[in-house]
Amino acid sequence: MKQRKLILTSALFAAGALALTACGGGSSSSSSSGSGSSGAKGGSVTIYNVKPQNPLIPTDTNEVGGSNVLDNLFTGLVRYDPTTAAPILSAAESITPSKKSEFWDIKLKPGQMFQDNTPVTASSFVDAWNWGAYAPNAQLNSSFFTPIKGYDDLNPADPDGDGPKTAPVPKVKTMSGLKVISPTEFTIEFKTPQSFFRVEAGYAAFFPLPTSFYKDPAAFGKKPIGNGPFQLVSGDGSTGFVLKAWAGYQGADKPSITQATFKTYTSDTAAYADIQAGNLDFMDEVPPGDLVNDQFKKDMPGRFISKPVGLIGTLTMPSYDKDYQDPILHKAISMAIDRATITKSVFNGSYIPATGWVSPVVDGYKAGACGVNCDYNPTMAKQLFAQAKFKGPFTISYNGDRTGNKEAYEAICHNIQNNLGASCTAKPYVDFATFRAAVTSYKMTGMFRTAWQMDYPSIQDYLEPLYVTNASSNDGKYSNKTFDSLITKADGQSGAAANATYQQAEATLATDMSIVPLWYENQSAVWSSRVTNVKTTPFSTIDLTDIKVK
Amino acid sequence: MIGSTLLIFTMVWALPGDPFSGRCGQRPCPASFVAAETARLHLDKPLPVQYLYFLGNLLRGNLGLTSDGTSVAHELARAYPITLKLTTVAILMEIVLGIGIGIIAALRRGKFFDNLTLITSLVAISFPVFVIGFVLQYVLGVRFALFPVTVGYGAPWGDLILPGFVLALLSLAFVLRLTRASLLETLNADYVRTAIAKGLPRSLVIRRHVVRNSLIPVVTYIGADVGVLLGGAIVTEGIFNIQGVGGLLYQSIRLRENATVVSVTTVLVLIVLIVNLLVDLFYAVLDPRIRYE
Repeated sequence: MKQRKLILTSALFAAGALALTACGGGSSSSSSSGSGSSGAKGGSVTIYNVKPQNPLIPTDTNEVGGSNVLDNLFTGLVRYDPTTAAPILSAAESITPSKKSEFWDIKLKPGQMFQDNTPVTASSFVDAWNWGAYAPNAQLNSSFFTPIKGYDDLNPADPDGDGPKTAPVPKVKTMSGLKVISPTEFTIEFKTPQSFFRVEAGYAAFFPLPTSFYKDPAAFGKKPIGNGPFQLVSGDGSTGFVLKAWAGYQGADKPSITQATFKTYTSDTAAYADIQAGNLDFMDEVPPGDLVNDQFKKDMPGRFISKPVGLIGTLTMPSYDKDYQDPILHKAISMAIDRATITKSVFNGSYIPATGWVSPVVDGYKAGACGVNCDYNPTMAKQLFAQAKFKGPFTISYNGDRTGNKEAYEAICHNIQNNLGASCTAKPYVDFATFRAAVTSYKMTGMFRTAWQMDYPSIQDYLEPLYVTNASSNDGKYSNKTFDSLITKADGQSGAAANATYQQAEATLATDMSIVPLWYENQSAVWSSRVTNVKTTPFSTIDLTDIKVK
Repeated sequence: MIGSTLLIFTMVWALPGDPFSGRCGQRPCPASFVAAETARLHLDKPLPVQYLYFLGNLLRGNLGLTSDGTSVAHELARAYPITLKLTTVAILMEIVLGIGIGIIAALRRGKFFDNLTLITSLVAISFPVFVIGFVLQYVLGVRFALFPVTVGYGAPWGDLILPGFVLALLSLAFVLRLTRASLLETLNADYVRTAIAKGLPRSLVIRRHVVRNSLIPVVTYIGADVGVLLGGAIVTEGIFNIQGVGGLLYQSIRLRENATVVSVTTVLVLIVLIVNLLVDLFYAVLDPRIRYE
């Protein structure tokens, strides 16, 4: 009798426990705090954020935790349309290039102010860019000023490279290429034509700074003062930042809400639970566990989005390794990869097979640059592989700390093994930092993962920094003279002509396929039932101008 | 202390990659940034020299800065109280619930209550903490709104009940079983039977003699457990979004911030040492046979 009771109780427990675990993500969400003001105006929203890695200074912010906050505190010369990503004049009244795009004249709208009631002038921009480019200030975004004439004066080279001597202190503090003409006008002279500058001008590195910044940059990094639609009221990186709509903002993109809190989370699952409970209003990603079987769409009916953003994943061949210099081998590998199946099974369709090297959301995108090389064609792949000299074994290296990488690159290896009959190993590195250290040592003996998120929505940003000979992010040391000359030509043109030339350059990448395009990333975002009119930008961020509290 | 700090310093130093790889995403970090950070952190000097710089700064009370410009000391002062609050809640639950239920289970040995607690504690031991954490967060927090889903600003005590329970659950189960076993053993001791034979009421015997004597192994376990709890707090902190030491440690390891990692772990070592000292002193209270000269 006692025995039976024991077994019964244990069975009940086991069943209950299993049921609980199974229904982990289960039924639809319950409560949501239905408070908040009614009507279209006003209200406060809470947005998911991660801890900023760097001080909140525009020239020092290169990751999402900081840029989420700064992009709302400042407005640059241009801002980007949330739907089309096209640049719209914001602080600038006009941005005019010379015929060859070497000289640019910037006129500012008059009467603009910072949030501390000091005026926004041409010096606000010029002084900020000079400060950011000045080597002893060690700003992370300093390389964005490299094309400006006089940058090298502010960044004298280290005389012995890695040796004990350090670079000398620069003799000047201003770049000769920046000239202030009047309080509302300044000019830029670039070393080489930069036809895309109008699109680039909205990036955080080019934001203006008030004169109060220079007295104490460290304090500014904790509480920045900007010229944008929101001002920072309180908070810090660990708990989050509270932003209030700034009454003095004169731009066209004034928000309808009065307050936005960027709450810092250490894990995305905690944030997802908070969205379900109504404590959080918007999250610009979905935890991988909730992407399975589109669970997030069931959890948040009508409150999700899944749309392409400016992110692309590629597979790079080490062009410095003699085994990987054969275009026939590259094409064979590319045709052996079943992108459609992998994106459906590993990424639940939230990634899209790539047909080129440029994200579909940017100005200048043209579909199909890769052509047949990116089609899944195992027969053709096998034929080409038979002609290739190097037959493996192949390795694909990736960083193991990102969900989905392991499954994706192991799947690619299976494709190579099954379709080409060569052995392939997917090699994980423990985290991103370790992986990047290995890649930038330029000693990789196999293929490796590369990905690119755009800094500004232009086709140029997907080509020049990555594939020009000796470019800063050219991880495979790829070199193609035709590509280089087309890029230089396009940099000197403008508008549709420039884009057409960039597209020609992109097409040359298909001749040797040293970088194999894999997929474009979609962004999935969810929000609570408190808010409506939610729009996300092509940078995967929330557009605070349009969001409304119900 | 010097031994452990040197060990941890060396381990972080030995990690592949440096504070620059991955810091700038797919782009290389500007040469000016690399030069400035190398100079600030003395990364170009050999390991012993770097360690001496660290010790020198430590003795002057300067723990350095984290990547976003906040001082490490400020971050420690912010994060440690929160993690300690969480750990305190967990230990209190462990003591009150673990010992309490263990005593009752031992006294009602063989009956329904005893079997129920045995099975429940078995379940608690077998399930990983994050499974239990997620399930309880969803069921009790999101679905039935009985507890806050995540912990609020400054970690108020009320918000920490559920996370504390989740963190304590594994240890609670062990404490429960340990108390029960220890109590059962003590109940059969000669002196207990003598006391009952003398005519003392059973409840008095249990309160005055049995419980105190049974607690020694339990107290030892709890003292050793504090270190485990502080470490295990990392997972629980992630689930409930508690801005404590766990997240701080994870971020600083990822960014290879030597100073932060060593400072955090040093304080951790100190706390474990102090708790174990207190436990040793508590023995004397529990058992008069243990005396210190």
